[in-house]
Amino acid sequence: MGALIRNGRIDDDDVVLLGDDDTLPVSGRAVVTLARWLAERETLSALAPKVGILLPNTADLAESWPAIADRDLLCLSFPAFGDGRAYSQARLLRERYGFAGEIRATGAAVVVDQAAELLRCGFDAFSLRDDQKAEAFIERLAAAGTRRWYQRPAQVRPVFEERRGA
Amino acid sequence: MYRYDRYDQELVDQRVAQFRDQTQRFLAGELPDEEFRALRLRNGLYIQRFAPMLRISIPYGLLSAKQLRMLAHIARTYDKDYGHFTTRQNIQFNWPQLERVPDILADLASVEMHAIQTSGNCIRNITADHLAGVARDELIDPRPYCEITRQWATFHPEFNWLPRKFKIAFSSSTTDRAATRVHDIGVHIVRNADGELGYSIYVGGGLGRMPMIGHRIREFLPEADLLSYLEAVLRVYNRLGRRDNIHRARIKVLVKEQTPARFAQLVEAEWAQLDHAAFRLTADDLARMRAHFTEHPYEPSAAADVSFDRAVANDSAFASFVKRNVREHRAAGYKVVFVSLKPQGVAPGDMTSAQMDLVADLAERYSFGEVRATHDQNLVLADVRQQDVHAVWEALRGAGLATPNIGLLTDMICCPGLDFCSLANAGSIGVAADINDLFDSLDHLHDIGEIKLKMSGCMNGCGHHTVGHIGILGVDKKGEEWYQVTLGGSAEDDASLGDRTGPSFSREEIAGAVRSIVDVYLEQRRDEEETFLQCYRRVGMAPFKERLYAEETA
Repeated sequence: MGALIRNGRIDDDDVVLLGDDDTLPVSGRAVVTLARWLAERETLSALAPKVGILLPNTADLAESWPAIADRDLLCLSFPAFGDGRAYSQARLLRERYGFAGEIRATGAAVVVDQAAELLRCGFDAFSLRDDQKAEAFIERLAAAGTRRWYQRPAQVRPVFEERRGA
Repeated sequence: MYRYDRYDQELVDQRVAQFRDQTQRFLAGELPDEEFRALRLRNGLYIQRFAPMLRISIPYGLLSAKQLRMLAHIARTYDKDYGHFTTRQNIQFNWPQLERVPDILADLASVEMHAIQTSGNCIRNITADHLAGVARDELIDPRPYCEITRQWATFHPEFNWLPRKFKIAFSSSTTDRAATRVHDIGVHIVRNADGELGYSIYVGGGLGRMPMIGHRIREFLPEADLLSYLEAVLRVYNRLGRRDNIHRARIKVLVKEQTPARFAQLVEAEWAQLDHAAFRLTADDLARMRAHFTEHPYEPSAAADVSFDRAVANDSAFASFVKRNVREHRAAGYKVVFVSLKPQGVAPGDMTSAQMDLVADLAERYSFGEVRATHDQNLVLADVRQQDVHAVWEALRGAGLATPNIGLLTDMICCPGLDFCSLANAGSIGVAADINDLFDSLDHLHDIGEIKLKMSGCMNGCGHHTVGHIGILGVDKKGEEWYQVTLGGSAEDDASLGDRTGPSFSREEIAGAVRSIVDVYLEQRRDEEETFLQCYRRVGMAPFKERLYAEETA
């Protein structure tokens, strides 16, 4: 697996992703699939640090949110380079549900060429694809932080609003 | 027309640098083929049968003379001296070298142009009525709304990786000249019963292998709420559109599978939860955008001209051009002049660099420095004083751009077909030439009147064959080119999909088949006023079918 980028640098990846049949507990922070979380929520809620959830990109947050609202780590999936469903999930989590915890991007689209969009849609941790260079990705994130966009939400004011102030 | 401010320019310049980096990484072997493919497509670059093809965006078809000259420069410098105008008001170059594409993009950026999102599974060029701002039947100029939408769609971070391509078109007149109902979203600018401006929203139209007419999912959306509503439609599509099968991935399939009513509910539910205030267009936003599209300073004295009528009366060739290629303008004393890119013997929509330079000169001299591209693959000089039309005609005629055939059979829409496209089953340009040969007598054409003949080299339907009055689709049968024919399609207000005539025709038979169809029409029509489409809708398929397949059954 590639490096974990968080807070603009390579960070220790403290997470253990558990298969649905893997045994508990583990040392470090566990992440389980949404299906397992829903099935074993009572047991898993008792663990510390809090168990994170890996959401499939088909999950409907309108349905899932109440069950995951108290978590502080959500991993979203990009099963293919061109499959952008998790972008909508990330924006919904941040903007509609007010999720303030970590949203981690995982999978085939976590590459330099999508760094700006990922950041922009609310991801704040990036589990890089194997072949990616961490330094290049970090550079891209830093540039993306000040990049202008036409749309909201923005780390910098979107162009539509800039013009109103002009 | 719209001029970039520093924000627009900065974003386009950044994109050029980004693509230069991606191209270098690809050539250095650092970027996998498949990923470079997805990234280059978002910059309009295809790798085709013989060479790369670069598609350049012309937002809602509007070009300045300076921009058209730059396209001429690109044709001369990087290509084989010509370009091909497309059915989405863009232009394509068929022979650029991959290594030089970043330089082409830099040249384009210097005149406020780009190739952003002209391909790939993202929101494509926003198209509109080519008579926007000059048509008499227009409610309001749609271009400010198109430009607002273009900016919203450009580099949208959430919607850059959709299930499939996504096309939006605008119309704001009683005649839909932008084929809005065969787009993923068609926006009709309307007034409600209280006289307020807003939009009717159509979703799920499209051509290709599953042609469908779009469904109206909202009768009236207030003017200020355009972007939030588009955002809601796109979010529903991004989340729920199919990704398991490329042929089922367009929004039309989602609309059909959900049913239009249920799809509308999904959009409304999403829309209800969006932060409307964040998206709302203020009066200032709209005024600022409209200021880019103010009416040209038309001269009242132009209406006093008598030379135009005299020239029409005295010069039959000019009269024929005026009858077919000149349309009424909203301002007295002004005319709309069509530049035909469908002369005999040339692929529909093709234009040489010298022709581009000439039209740019004419635009500057006679038409406020602007040119429009139409979705029928012609150009328009929209604001010519009527006293100047004769001079414009003479200049166009000298360059082979004055064929008096706008709206006629030989003004056909046609994709590049097997001659260029790697998807095509069959040649379309050659068939177009054959049909041209058959109908080379223009007098004969005038008797036939308005027929939209549209042809595609494969099921993807780039030539819009399913909405042609006569549609022709190239198919492959055991390595041979065959052609299916449909009748009665239309992309206008009365939008409809054509009906198949029956078995397909061989390469040798197809031009003759079109001839038979036209013959049947000429025999069946009530009078010269009844168009092909009206006639077909009245008499139905039977007489056409009978003639077309007479020999086989005999």
